[in-house]
Amino acid sequence: MTATHTGDRFGAFGGRYVPETLIPALDDLEAALAQAVQDPGFVSELDSLLATYVGRPSPLSDAPRLSALVRATVLLKREDLNHTGAHKINNTVGQALLARRMGKRRIIAETGAGQHGVATATICARFGLECVVYMGEEDMRRQALNVFRMRLMGARVIPVTSGTRTLKDATTEAIRDWVTNVTDSHYIIGSVVGPAPYPRMVREFQAVIGREARAQMLAQVGRLPATVVACVGGGSNAMGIFHPFVSDAEVELVGVEAAGEGLDTGRHSASLSRGTPGVLHGARSYLLQDAAGQVHPAHSISAGLDYPGVGPEHSHLKDSGRAMYVSITDEEALEGLVTLSRLEGIIPALETAHAIAWVVKERARWSSDDAVLICISGRGDKDVTQVSELLGDRIAS
Amino acid sequence: MASGSATISSDLITRRFASLRERDAKALVIYVTAGHPDRARSLALLRGIADAGADVIELGVPFSDPLADGPVIQASSQRALELGMTFDGVLELAAEATVDVPLVLFSYLNPIIAAGPSALARAAASGIHGLLVTDLPVGGDAEVERKIGESPLAFIRLVAPTTPTPRMAEIARHGSGFVYLISRLGVTGMQNEIATGLGATIERLRSATKLPVCVGFGISGPEQAAAVAALADGVVVGSAVVRAAGSSVEDAVALVRSMRKAIDDR
Repeated sequence: MTATHTGDRFGAFGGRYVPETLIPALDDLEAALAQAVQDPGFVSELDSLLATYVGRPSPLSDAPRLSALVRATVLLKREDLNHTGAHKINNTVGQALLARRMGKRRIIAETGAGQHGVATATICARFGLECVVYMGEEDMRRQALNVFRMRLMGARVIPVTSGTRTLKDATTEAIRDWVTNVTDSHYIIGSVVGPAPYPRMVREFQAVIGREARAQMLAQVGRLPATVVACVGGGSNAMGIFHPFVSDAEVELVGVEAAGEGLDTGRHSASLSRGTPGVLHGARSYLLQDAAGQVHPAHSISAGLDYPGVGPEHSHLKDSGRAMYVSITDEEALEGLVTLSRLEGIIPALETAHAIAWVVKERARWSSDDAVLICISGRGDKDVTQVSELLGDRIAS
Repeated sequence: MASGSATISSDLITRRFASLRERDAKALVIYVTAGHPDRARSLALLRGIADAGADVIELGVPFSDPLADGPVIQASSQRALELGMTFDGVLELAAEATVDVPLVLFSYLNPIIAAGPSALARAAASGIHGLLVTDLPVGGDAEVERKIGESPLAFIRLVAPTTPTPRMAEIARHGSGFVYLISRLGVTGMQNEIATGLGATIERLRSATKLPVCVGFGISGPEQAAAVAALADGVVVGSAVVRAAGSSVEDAVALVRSMRKAIDDR
């Protein structure tokens, strides 16, 4: 593993802040993971599924017209081309294999935009596992098509009506289910969040993005990128693409958070830019909270970034200075979505559009010799209804 | 390690259990959410349940994301937060109540961290005798656990049915006052039956520690309370009292009184 990882912590962040009931399950999971990654049978089955079911390796695409706009060589790591349309499936395939190995036949997941829920329902259908997905009532309304997709594949989608009725509360509810059904259920967390070993495990399953991208950069471009850019909600696509570049000191790592309606409006999801360290959902990390330690509701145009916490390893990369975290507003993200659609014929997810928008906005920072690698974490099909309502006339003609 | 005055807070809990044992009686531990249904009624409730025979009162510090709690306590926490309850608001409530019963703060970690480094000392000064942190398992955060261990407060630790026996011993070693045994897998909330296997879990726990064992999660009525009291040193009742308090303080106090009677008559 990396030098940043000591035990179950990343610097001052991470840990296991959960009810006692879950501790033996986390111990079992940690042990099963350690065994699995040493087992050639597990590794080859995972690789085979990633190749023949997910469609890996995902391509590294040139982006000639975006490159012309940015005046640098922009490369796109195409996680949008994975089965189910986002990077989320890399993690669910790995964890489902692990659950099966542990003899757990019932899978729990939380979902915000629905991408992780769909990726979990997908692999559960493939393996014949029972699948229960918790989703905020508000998100179910915003992402009705993904709810249908999950149900079509046999998952049970349970509306969460507590709190803000979004990803935060869906996660809380999923943990409650796991505490109740821990003996026969595995909880597939969708991001690099939660108690140890989840943040490290999810990062390991997502690091395939960065390993491929690093090799593809060397093979196709002949050099490493000057900058790697990815959007950050919980931060799994970012951690996945960053991880293999962490020891390349010359490569700048940039995570783009959701500034929502603006960092000063209080309506944003920029935990790293504007949060303070605290404990939520089993880990210590940067968190949007008030002075009394009550968690503050997040906001973003993109349901996948609409989360008041962030993965603990990102908190560590921020404090250590190894990665830089910036933010992009709802409005800028919409522009980013249009830009990539118009220039490259790729409609990105609203989450991904934050990364695009930052690269376009900050294009003066690169020289023409530089290569900029952007993680296209997901495709925008799930967002077109919402975007068409928001853009309407601006797109017509 | 603690100074003479600093041990007073936690000692009250130990003395309470010793006196119960002398009388061959069992402890009735009652949970209420501080500030629910509102501040005035929360204060009346504290005094009422102390009069009705509670041996220990767990005072819930409301938190926005109570992941170990079921719907009743979630809703009461939400309500208390909407009415402006804070960590120091809970301490003021405790100080004003001046009940003759040991008070244990029942909290998630984040509001305690946010309350600052003097939070535990302020709690002790306000008449709090113990602390239970739902999302701080033994070994979860050595530094925070050390600070709580060195505070004047008793550090009540949780044991679950899933906890292996050697870990039970480790948990008990890092706790004081009493051990809180979670009766079943899941979150807080009322159930109709006693969890299967509870007797065996209590026996395992007793083999691992000499601390008094109180059992909670899911105990809703006097009959269940009496049945659990026959097995353990004490019974914890939370959601049933919180739900009753939502209707009226008198209902909640009457429920506590009926629990007391059932436990004593067992």
